[in-house]
Amino acid sequence: MIFLDNLINGLSLGSIYAIIALGYTMVYGIAKMLNFAHGDIIMVGAYVAFCGLQYWGLPPVAAILVAMAVCTVLGILIEGLAYRPLRQAASLAVLITAIGMSYLLQNLALMIWGANPKSFPRTFINSFSIQLGQLNVSSATIVTILANIVIMVALSLFINQTKVGKAMRCVSEDRGAAELMGINVNRTISLTFAIGSALAAIAGVLLCSSYPILQPTTGSMPGIKAFTAAVFGGIGSIPGAMIGGVLLGVIEIFGKAYISTELGDAIVFAVLIVVLLVKPTGLLGKPIREKV
Amino acid sequence: MTKAKRKRLIYNLITFALVIAAFIILQSMIANKMISRSLKGQLVPICAWIVMAVSLNLVIGFSGELSLGHAGFMSVGAYTGAIISGWLLQVYEVQDTTLRLVLAMVAGGLIAGIAGVLIGIPVLRLRGDYLAIVTLAFGEIIRSLVNVLYVGVADGKLHFSFLNKNMPAGVSMLVDGAKGAVKIKPVATFTAGFVLILITLVVVLNLVNSRAGRAIQATRDNRIAAESMGVPVTKYKMMAFVTAAVLAGMAGALYGLNSSTVIPTQFTFNQSINVLVFVVLGGLGNVLGSVVSATLLTVLPEVLRAFADYRMLVYAIVLILVMVFTNNPTIRAFADRLFAPVKAIFRRSKKKTAGGDAQ
Amino acid sequence: MSQLPKKHRSDTKMVPVPSHSIVPERDVNEIPVLETRHLGIEFGGLKAVDDFNLTIGKTEIAGLIGPNGAGKTTVFNMLTKVYEPTTGAVLINGKDLHGMSIVQASKLGIARTFQNIRLFDKMTVEENVRIGLHNQIKYDMFSGIFRLPRYWKQERKQHEKAMELLDIFGMQDLADEEAGSLPYGAQRRLEIVRALATDPKLLLLDEPAAGMNPKETEELMENIAKIRDQFQIAILLIEHDMSLVMGVCEGICVLNFGKVIAKGTADEIQANPVVIEAYLGKKKEG
Repeated sequence: MIFLDNLINGLSLGSIYAIIALGYTMVYGIAKMLNFAHGDIIMVGAYVAFCGLQYWGLPPVAAILVAMAVCTVLGILIEGLAYRPLRQAASLAVLITAIGMSYLLQNLALMIWGANPKSFPRTFINSFSIQLGQLNVSSATIVTILANIVIMVALSLFINQTKVGKAMRCVSEDRGAAELMGINVNRTISLTFAIGSALAAIAGVLLCSSYPILQPTTGSMPGIKAFTAAVFGGIGSIPGAMIGGVLLGVIEIFGKAYISTELGDAIVFAVLIVVLLVKPTGLLGKPIREKV
Repeated sequence: MTKAKRKRLIYNLITFALVIAAFIILQSMIANKMISRSLKGQLVPICAWIVMAVSLNLVIGFSGELSLGHAGFMSVGAYTGAIISGWLLQVYEVQDTTLRLVLAMVAGGLIAGIAGVLIGIPVLRLRGDYLAIVTLAFGEIIRSLVNVLYVGVADGKLHFSFLNKNMPAGVSMLVDGAKGAVKIKPVATFTAGFVLILITLVVVLNLVNSRAGRAIQATRDNRIAAESMGVPVTKYKMMAFVTAAVLAGMAGALYGLNSSTVIPTQFTFNQSINVLVFVVLGGLGNVLGSVVSATLLTVLPEVLRAFADYRMLVYAIVLILVMVFTNNPTIRAFADRLFAPVKAIFRRSKKKTAGGDAQ
Repeated sequence: MSQLPKKHRSDTKMVPVPSHSIVPERDVNEIPVLETRHLGIEFGGLKAVDDFNLTIGKTEIAGLIGPNGAGKTTVFNMLTKVYEPTTGAVLINGKDLHGMSIVQASKLGIARTFQNIRLFDKMTVEENVRIGLHNQIKYDMFSGIFRLPRYWKQERKQHEKAMELLDIFGMQDLADEEAGSLPYGAQRRLEIVRALATDPKLLLLDEPAAGMNPKETEELMENIAKIRDQFQIAILLIEHDMSLVMGVCEGICVLNFGKVIAKGTADEIQANPVVIEAYLGKKKEG
C-alpha cells in the first residue's frame, strides 16, 4: 500500500517535471540553448496565479489564464531582449546570460513579493481527495496527472499536424535551411518560448497546489530537476521529456522513501550523471555528429 | 624578447605588484588601527574569494568549460580543513596555529583535488551545456552529502558516520550534519590568505604560459584541431579542472577556519554563481581582472549597505549586459566605433613613447 | 583544363603497385606512407564513402578531387580518426589505425589542415605553431609551473623551431599577431605550418587554396613542392582549383558519390571521359 502511495506521488511529481521539461526540451531543440531561467518562469507563473486568487479575487481558471498570459509575454521578452542578440555567440556566453536572467527573475520576485514564503491558496485543484480502497488520492495528484496527459497529447498534435508545428520542427532540424525555405526563424523561436513559458505557468500552479509554499526560489530546484528529466529522456524529444519527467519523479519519491529523505536531490542528480555517461543523448535522443 | 612575451611579463608583474602593494598597505593600516572592524573581518574572506575567482577562471577562461559547482570544492576544503584542524588540536594537541592552518589547507586542497579527479573523470567526457549542468549536479550532491555527514573525536580517534549520528559516548563533534562544522577554533590569518593568493597567481599564471597551459587554451579554442595536433584534450581539461579544485579546496579551508562554524548552506549553487560573476566581470581569461572584481564585489556590499539589498539584482543585470555587449557582433562594432577616438589617442601616445618601434 | 602553365606539370614517372594504385617510381621500394583498404563509412544507412582504396608513396604529392559532396573531407576525417570507418582499414607506414584515437593517429605521423579553418583564434601565431610542437619538444607541467631549467631550455627550443617553420611562408613577422585576426590566406598558410610542426609523415591539406587569389595560389603551389622536397614527406591534398592540382600533384584520385571513379596522372585524369562526365555532366544525346 505504501508502495502504491509512493508510486502515485511519484507519478504526480513526475508529471510536473514532465510539463516543465517540455519547455526546456522545446527551447533546446529549436533555439539550441539551455534556458536556465525556465525554472524561474514557473515561479513567476505561480506568483501571478497567487495574486489573482488572493488579492484580485479571480476564479481559479481565470487566475491560471492570467498567469499563462503573463508568462507568455515574459518568455517572449526574455528571448527577444537577452537571447536573440546572442544567436551567433558561443554556448558558454548564452548559458551565462541565461543564468543571469534566472537571477534577475528571482531577485525581481524578491523585491516585488518579499522573501517570506507565501502559502498558496486552495483551489478546485487541491480541495478534495478520492478514496480508492485503502488508497487516499488527493485531487491535486489526479489533476496534475490528467493535465500532463492532456498537454502531451495536445502538444504532439500541434507539433506534428499544424503548419506552425512543422515550421518548428524544420527550424530544429536545420535553422539555415529553414530560413531559406521562407520560415521566419525568429518568430518561430519566439513562439517556442511563448509555448514553453505558458506551460511553465501551468506547472507553477500545479507545483504549488501539491507543495503550497511559494517563494522566489521555488522554481529553481524543480527547474534544474526538470532539465535533468529532459536530458534523461533525450533533450529535444517531446515524448522523451514526458518519460524522463515521470521516471525522475518516481525515482525521487522512491529514493526519499526507501533510501534517505535528505539524499533525495543527490539521488536525482546521480541519476542524471549516470544517464549522461551511459547514454549521453538520453533515452530517446538522437546522436549528434560534429561537422568537421 | 618578443613583443607578446614582453606584454605578458608586464601584465604578470602588474598583477603581482598590485597584490603585494595591497597587502603591505593593508598591513600597515592594521598596525596603525586605521581600518574598520568590519573591513578587517572581510580580509580573509576576500583572499578566499580571490583564489576562488582566479581558479575558476582557469577552468572557464582558459579551458573554456563552464563549471557551476566550484563552491562544492570550496565546501570540501572547508570541511576537511575544519576536521583536520580540530583533529590535530584534540588528538595531537598541536597548539601552533600556523602549523594547524597550513596542514588544514594542504589537506583541504588534497581532498578537494581528489574530489576534482573523481568528478572530472565523468564530467570531462561531456561537452558544453551538459558539462555545465553536471558540474552543477555534483555541486548539489556534495552539498547533500555534507548535510548528512557526522564526524567526531572520541578516545583519541576520529569517528565518521553517515546519514545518522552514530557516535560513541563522550564524543566531541567536529561535523554535526545539517549544523555543519561546529566549534571551530578560528586560525586563519590575512597573511596566510595573502600567501595563498601568491601561490595561486604563480600556479595559474605560470601554468597558462607554459606548454601545458597552451594545450589547455588550444582545447578551448578548437577541440578537434587540438586533438589533430596530437594534444590529448581530456588530459589537459582534467589538469585545469583538478588544479582549480585544489586551489578552491585550499581557499575553502582558509575560509572555513576563519569562523567558528561552517554550514552546508554556505556553499550552495548561489555561491558558485557569485564566483562566476567575479570571473565574468573581471574578464574571461583575465587573472588580474578576477582579482580586482572579486575584491571589489566582496567589499562594495559591505561598504554600501543600501546597495547590499540590490546586490544580486545588480549582479544579474550586469551579467546579462556584459554578455550581450561582449558577444553581439552589432553591439560590439557599435561600441568599437564609439570608443575609436579614445583608442586612437591612446595608440598615438603609445607610438610616441615606443619611438621607432612602431610599424 | 588545357591552358595550364606547363612549368608546374609534374613529369614524375608513376608506376603501378599491387594495391591497384600508382606511386612515383622513386618510392616504389619503400613502405607506402598511406594505404587504405576497402575503406568505407555509413551515416544512418547512407554510404558516404565506399570501397576507397588508395596508396600513396613515401614522398608523393597526391591529389584527391571530385565534385562537392563526393566524400573527400569524409576520407580525411577517416584517415585522421575524427570518424571511425564502418569498413576497411587505414595503414600509415604499414601500421593499422584500427581502434586508435585522433591523438594516436597524429603521433603516428599524420597531420592535417581543415576546410573550414580551425586555428586557435585567441592565441598568437607562434603559440599556434607551438601547439603543433606539443609532442616534439616536451616538458612536464611542474617544470612549467616552477620554471625549472628544463622549462627555459625547451621553451627556447620551441621558439626557435616555431620561427624556423614560420619562415617557410615568410611569416616570422606575424609571430605575435593573434591568429584569428590574420587575413584569410595567412590563416590557411598558418594551418599548414602548424600541421608541419607535428613532424608528420603524411600531410593532408583540405582545400589549401580556397579563398586565395591566383598569385597566392601560384606561391602556394611552389611552397607545397618546396615542403615536400625539404621535409621528404608525402602530401595528399583536396582542392577544387585544378591549376593547383594538375600543377603539383603526381598521382590524382577522383571521387564521386563516395566512390573512386579514376586514378592516374594529371594527363590521364584530364583525358578520362568518366571524370569529365562527373564534373560537367553527361552530354545529352540529340
